[in-house]
Amino acid sequence: MSSTSLTRTLLGIGACVALSVPAMAEELPESIRIGYAVSDTGLYAGGAGTTITPNYKLWVEEVNQAGGIRVGDRQLPIEVVAYDDRSSSEEAVRAVERLINQDEVDFVLPPWGTALNLAVAPVLNRAGYPHLAVTAVSDRQQDLMDRWPRLFFFLSTSSHYAEGIVTMLEELRESGEIEGRVAMVNVADQFGIELANAAEALLEEAGFEIVYNQSYPPGTQDMQGIINSARQRDPEAFLAFSYPPETIAITDQAQTLGFNPPLFYTAVGTAFPLYQDRFGDNVEGVLGIGGVDVGSEVMVDYIERHTELTGQAPDLWASAPTYASLEVLQQAIERAGSIDHEQVVAEMEHGTFDTVLGEITLDGRAYWEGWQVGQWQDGVFRAIGPSDRDGATEIVLPKPAWQ
Amino acid sequence: MTIPTRATLLGVVLLLAGVIGFALLPSVVGGYGLSLAINFLMFAILATAWAMFSGPSGYVSLATVAFFGIGAYTVAVLGEQLPWGAVLLLAAGIAFVVALLVGLSTLRLSGVYFVIFSFGLAELIRQVVNWYESTQAGSVGRYVFLDITQEQIVWQLTAVLALLFIVGWLIQRSRVGFALRMIGDDETVALHCGVNITLIKVLVFSLSAAFMALVGAIVAPRWTYLDPSIAFNPNISFQVLIMALLGGARRLYGPLLGVIPMVLLFEYLSTHFPHLFSVLLGVTFLAIVYLVPHGVAGLIDSYVQRYRARFPGQPAQQEGAS
Amino acid sequence: MAFLDALLNGLTLGGMYALVAMGLTLQYGVARIMNLSYGEFLIAAAFSAYWLFQVQAINPLLALLLVVPVAFAANWLIYQIMLHPLVKRSRNRGELEVNSILATFGLLFVIQGLVLLLFGSNYFSYTYISNVFIISGSPIAADRLLAVGVAVVLGTALYLLLVRTRPGTALRAVSVDPRAAQLAGIDVRAASAMAFALGGGLVAASGVLVSMFTTFNASMGVVFTMKALIVVIMGGAGHLMGALAAGLILGLVESFVAVYVAPGLTLAATFALFLIVLLVRPTGMMGRAGA
Repeated sequence: MSSTSLTRTLLGIGACVALSVPAMAEELPESIRIGYAVSDTGLYAGGAGTTITPNYKLWVEEVNQAGGIRVGDRQLPIEVVAYDDRSSSEEAVRAVERLINQDEVDFVLPPWGTALNLAVAPVLNRAGYPHLAVTAVSDRQQDLMDRWPRLFFFLSTSSHYAEGIVTMLEELRESGEIEGRVAMVNVADQFGIELANAAEALLEEAGFEIVYNQSYPPGTQDMQGIINSARQRDPEAFLAFSYPPETIAITDQAQTLGFNPPLFYTAVGTAFPLYQDRFGDNVEGVLGIGGVDVGSEVMVDYIERHTELTGQAPDLWASAPTYASLEVLQQAIERAGSIDHEQVVAEMEHGTFDTVLGEITLDGRAYWEGWQVGQWQDGVFRAIGPSDRDGATEIVLPKPAWQ
Repeated sequence: MTIPTRATLLGVVLLLAGVIGFALLPSVVGGYGLSLAINFLMFAILATAWAMFSGPSGYVSLATVAFFGIGAYTVAVLGEQLPWGAVLLLAAGIAFVVALLVGLSTLRLSGVYFVIFSFGLAELIRQVVNWYESTQAGSVGRYVFLDITQEQIVWQLTAVLALLFIVGWLIQRSRVGFALRMIGDDETVALHCGVNITLIKVLVFSLSAAFMALVGAIVAPRWTYLDPSIAFNPNISFQVLIMALLGGARRLYGPLLGVIPMVLLFEYLSTHFPHLFSVLLGVTFLAIVYLVPHGVAGLIDSYVQRYRARFPGQPAQQEGAS
Repeated sequence: MAFLDALLNGLTLGGMYALVAMGLTLQYGVARIMNLSYGEFLIAAAFSAYWLFQVQAINPLLALLLVVPVAFAANWLIYQIMLHPLVKRSRNRGELEVNSILATFGLLFVIQGLVLLLFGSNYFSYTYISNVFIISGSPIAADRLLAVGVAVVLGTALYLLLVRTRPGTALRAVSVDPRAAQLAGIDVRAASAMAFALGGGLVAASGVLVSMFTTFNASMGVVFTMKALIVVIMGGAGHLMGALAAGLILGLVESFVAVYVAPGLTLAATFALFLIVLLVRPTGMMGRAGA
């Protein structure tokens, strides 16, 4: 039993930690150290590789090219420490502990997805770090913000998106374009279930007929059974509250099996560049979460910069909020004139920020103004809902036939 | 019981030292050190519990995460309703009963069939939990809001590890341990000697499952959010298997010798080569398989033997299993 | 019609499972290597097909002619260099299984890491054939049908090879009892290497075919390894027809459960079925008793 040798090792590590006492000096450091651990491998790697990592790289590169972040009268370049959390909660927790205690970074950027953001939230909270949980979506948002006072949300709640699509269906029913037969499926994952539950309740309340409603486990590759079952019930609207790999599989198999309802909606991943690469002109008319206002110059400019620098187009749902969260961080630091966490958080809570999403505020520590529904029109994933907001494009129905 | 041998005394001293070391640890190291300690303790318990059954009996189980996940889910479901001690007992109890049922029906499988069966079992439980949560409970993710600090997790895990060593040692000394080793060597012989094979296998299997569930229950509050793919992540089963085999599963302290280098190696690779992690891990792994074929414990044994061969004056000792 | 839909879908799915498992049944059944990195080879082949198609404009069927021989050679080398020392070192079958699990687990990480370095962690997919056949009102995708067709051709060829040719008989002899095979004058090492390499070629072929209709990323290998393992164990290790039957049964069960029970229980049904088969016949549906 050599737990003693381990104890010694750990004590050694402990001593190192103790020796390298954080520089509590008042004078500013030479650079701002920013750390992040995102999923380069594992279950979440696809999502993180599309939405998170390219934006972090883009932002760091742009800021450093401009000389850095202005703190007081000095420009401080960003220094990055990056780890891979391997899509594991335990790894993510430890990586963030390492970033804070060992690497002594000034700020920690969030991982991808609800699960990992919630896993690292207590650690960041304990250490007093601001936490911009961009890709976390939860119906218990308020509850979580009460618990962790430096936690910010950007993508609103799941029900918000369900409301978006159901409101759209109600408008279509009023204008007589559909009668009200809806088929829906969802991935049995937290976000998928929250979306489906909210949508089901709203649809029933509004008097829609739900002709098919099933969930499937995450990682399901074969969607033919589901598509065939939905097709036989001849719905006017097909809603799939899905994740990226299944969004592709569902669209692919709907296309193969000739399932072409007037309204075809798939959730996460519809706005990915991969989706368009994969289906080409067939994306026309497909609805999904997110969307961009093509009338916004900053947004168009952002899309171009992203594509140019990272070699891939952004996800047209969560990429821009991710980038905007970084702009918020930067502007909050510059306004606070300090890297002190309390001051930066205070700026974030009360300021108005100039971002790729336009002018935004984080009132109540959450951004509420995101687009709920988008649709592929002329090769662009345009924002269509809420339909009464500035920048919304008119929905085009019925969806054209698959080619 | 005979007079304690020198090896036993050494074991007791090391165990005490280990417990005291970990008990004092939180006052010495920071959050990251604790995090590392939790990781170490977690795998130490899982691997030792795994080896308690699989080592002597030769049944290679990949169901570790099934029991770990049961423990974690017990906390997620009941953590806020029952006192903590009761939750832990319940977690261990549920895992024990599940293992009992599974064991009674499956331990007649042998060799690779058991390996795959145990893996299938973990996946089956995960899928059923997923289906139940999504269709019956109405939400797959569960929030674990318990105010349990890192220090408390370290202390609890230390206590469980110490308990596991004591239980493991007692089993080894008892007739059950002897019978289990006999089963591992040759089931038919064991049967002819009047050993109640099934009862002993199932009992030890269930006991090790209870310990695995305890680990899951204790670390669950650390993750705040749980869903089936987090709680039943098959990687945990694989990591435990590898660590235990690397250390040497035939001895009680063997797995520990695998856990120490592996935890440090994982940590070193993820810190210094986050982007080459996979490749380097694989290469290290292969190096271990080819260079340390009988586990670290086997390596130590062969040194001890060589040492004894050179100094025959030393009294030969029978320590633990062989 | 729901029933016919489910049946056709189940058959194509089952054909794919059988295809994916065929290589493993050789590797495990004959060469006795429990290959945990099996799925990584499949993913590597899928990425090769993707790269050849997107960048080099070589269609997946031609890619087969390129990818399969390379995979065959690579697997032969892996057996000779990496795995044979393990076979020599292991005293019995159980020990070889444990050793091969460990070694191929390491290999899994190496291959996955290399694919990650080359392609990153994103999802990939491409469209090669998007035709559909309609069989009395039920649609069936051409690319899947093609995969099943190739599976049938490969399966038949392999079966004939094993049953009708001398080297095939040698492989079967090794699969039954390596020691006795050696006494009968069979070069066990060469036969095992051949079986392992053939298995590697087959998995590469299935990777290329599967890539035509699934979305894949670098981390997905283990999904295929597990499916293949289940099929192989269910069918009886080393038993080609068993693997084929098990694959089809799994595909049909998944498809019917998705339509008539709940899509959420398809994977659970797979595992339940697998566990039941193991309990009733611990050596697989067509395995030899006491194998």
